[in-house]
Amino acid sequence: MGKIVAVTGNEACAQALKQINPDVCAAYPITPATDLMQRFSSYVNDGKVDTELVLVESEHSAMSACIGAAAAGGRVATATSSQGLALMWEMLHIAAGTRLPIVMPLVNRALSAPLNIHGDHSDGMGARDTGWIQIYSENAQEAYDNTFQAFRIAEHLDIRLPAMVCMDGFIVSHSIERVEYIDDADVKSFVGKFQAVNPLLDIDNPKSYGPLILTDLYHEYKRAQHEVMTKVPNIALEVAADFEKMTGRKYGLFEPYRLDDAEIAIVVMSSAAGTTKDIIDNYRDKGVKIGLLKPRLFRPFPYLEIANALKDVKAIAVLDRADSFGGYGPLFSEITGAVMSMDTKPAVTNKIFGLGGRDYLPDQAEKVIDELIKVAETGKVENIKEYIGVRE
Amino acid sequence: MTTKPLKLRELAKGEDRFTHGHRMCAGCGAPIVVKQVLMATDYPIIASNATGCLEVSSCIQQYTAWKIPWMHSAFENAAATISGIEAMYRSLVKQGKIEDKEVKFIAFGGDGGTYDIGFQSLSGAMERGHDMLYICYDNGAYMNTGIQRSSATPFGANTTTCPAGDVIPGKLQHRKDLTRIMAAHGIPYVAQASPANWRDMMKKVQKAFEIKGPKFMNVISPCNRGWRSKTNDAIALSKLAVETCYWPLFEIENGVTRVTVKPK
Amino acid sequence: MSKKFWEELPQGSVVLEAGSSAEFKTGGWRSMRPKWIEENCIQCLFCWMYCPDMSVKVNAEGKREEFDFDFCKGCGICALECPGKKGNKAIVMEEEGK
Ligand SMILES: Cc1ncc(C[n+]2csc(CCOP(=O)(O)OP(=O)(O)O)c2C)c(N)n1
Ligand code: SF4
Ligand SMILES: [Mg+2]
Repeated sequence: MGKIVAVTGNEACAQALKQINPDVCAAYPITPATDLMQRFSSYVNDGKVDTELVLVESEHSAMSACIGAAAAGGRVATATSSQGLALMWEMLHIAAGTRLPIVMPLVNRALSAPLNIHGDHSDGMGARDTGWIQIYSENAQEAYDNTFQAFRIAEHLDIRLPAMVCMDGFIVSHSIERVEYIDDADVKSFVGKFQAVNPLLDIDNPKSYGPLILTDLYHEYKRAQHEVMTKVPNIALEVAADFEKMTGRKYGLFEPYRLDDAEIAIVVMSSAAGTTKDIIDNYRDKGVKIGLLKPRLFRPFPYLEIANALKDVKAIAVLDRADSFGGYGPLFSEITGAVMSMDTKPAVTNKIFGLGGRDYLPDQAEKVIDELIKVAETGKVENIKEYIGVRE
Repeated sequence: MTTKPLKLRELAKGEDRFTHGHRMCAGCGAPIVVKQVLMATDYPIIASNATGCLEVSSCIQQYTAWKIPWMHSAFENAAATISGIEAMYRSLVKQGKIEDKEVKFIAFGGDGGTYDIGFQSLSGAMERGHDMLYICYDNGAYMNTGIQRSSATPFGANTTTCPAGDVIPGKLQHRKDLTRIMAAHGIPYVAQASPANWRDMMKKVQKAFEIKGPKFMNVISPCNRGWRSKTNDAIALSKLAVETCYWPLFEIENGVTRVTVKPK
Repeated sequence: MSKKFWEELPQGSVVLEAGSSAEFKTGGWRSMRPKWIEENCIQCLFCWMYCPDMSVKVNAEGKREEFDFDFCKGCGICALECPGKKGNKAIVMEEEGK
């Protein structure tokens, strides 16, 4: 068993990157991810890693340099949050379309305006369609563990796609938690050696990256890109199985919590799942058959597997820590997408919570559950989408 | 490596590293610039390329004109992209994962991708000190998207976004003096060149490759579509630009400026 | 099982064959055609150096040979830059197909 430490999410992720020892990191500071790369920088400057650190002048350049470095043929990582991710937007698509296995911890934070530095999922959800694999973490341990698994999935020869490892800004990135570290030697054998595919640095076999592809092939390239994404869940499960062998910690495409005989369910991602589990325990004690589903892999989204896990519930509340103004929350849209394949469709409600770091408190969860009990009884949803924890 | 002699007969025996079948317009200056740059040396070269005429015409579908490893990722980031490639090279050599083959790194960008949208990325890469040569082929406007003004467009010029109209006669602003701005970065080598003066240009490239660290060259590159000139005058116009001092040929080596071609 | 068309596309659209544009002939673009008049040629090779389309063939001794009409787009730079012999150009432009 590895060492047990008390660290923040950022610290744990920086430690993971140190143990992985990427060949190149290109990064730019932004709260709350800054602290992660700061820590990593001191590993570089103390000679604890071999990484070439490229301290660029913007996140756009950070991702551009990562793309160049990954195409060159080595292991690459960066980290960012919020505005930084937004500035990378163009390059996120290019990293995925070029099939470069870059790994990026994303410390989730709200987007401007108004300016806010606290945690919500607006940034990650905005990057939903960029072609990146997205893995969401509930706590520091998961963020740490997911980082290793992300490298394995992204670099898998059948995949070669970039991956984001998401954790909630401040709530996870800056809170000290108990984390069990993995021994360096185990990390080394788990992550393995980087295998270059078509490296630019192979001077004797020159390749051209980034051609113009017009109407006669673009559609097919995108079809192929989608196909690769469909292979991710199986690989993610294989990797998780290896990880469990090494650490005893179990990961799936999502985490079901007390779902087996549940009649109602809450779907929520990341740190809010922790709070919700406690409340669910209280309701269970009162005899309410309630469970929780916490998506871990958001891209690709495991629709059928989630539908199967929720097939016996009568009502679902989907809690989104991001909004689509004038639309439903992004997680809600995915869950209703999953529900489409069910024979008997449950009633589904959408609650928008915790934007800009607004606390998600037990009474909010309780209100949602009380309402959900009624929805399950009547089968009727009055307001599909509602803000909770909002001052009125 | 010894510096290659710049004799036409000898050069002509060598193999092109940028080949035919590219789809730049007939008589475009940019491919002439590229071929001269790549021909100046036998060092292995890896290049990045900003979006623009050169990029979009040299690598289409399965057809690439490049015989060197080459990467296009976007418009504003040729410098950042090559800095990532160069960093990976340094990292892998340092770790003993690959052999040091004295690889040289070049970024090619048009004036739009260099003076304007890619300026920050260029400035950043130069400040960080990557071992790279940035080559701007300056044709004085955004040609690929149909001749829009850039900050390299000369005063008074007629472009599609600053057309000579009844009230406003064309571009009202002067050119940005990018070469001097790059020199102000305090980098070891900055130069201006013209494809008409091929030996001068190739000497500059050779010199740049012998210097470690960031280098910048600004090269005039006539565009007959944008300049509304003839398809045969790219070299004649780049010669004229030098002779009239519109495009002086000089270099700034470690802060010392030297005019390399004195117009008569 | 046979693969679908899109499954055979190169990963990440990388072009693996260097200089493959040589398979794409641009000679058909030409409306004007350069004519090489060998007796006026002083072998200065300016035409070779200034050709934007790498369409002036040079042999192993470094001597100019015929144009590569598979690629020459007929821009005419070579003809304009050709110094010729005693004022007689070694390259002249003619209308294509004449
Ligand atoms: C972010 C972004 N903005 C705009 C464009 C559209 N665009 C493509 S090439 C180009 C102009 C290129 O001009 P320049 O760099 O001078 O090169 P040239 O085409 O003149 O050789 C523009 C505006 C783009 N591709 N990306
Ligand atoms: S538009 Fe101008 S710069 Fe672009 S390929 Fe044509 S001649 Fe060259
Ligand atoms: Mg231009």
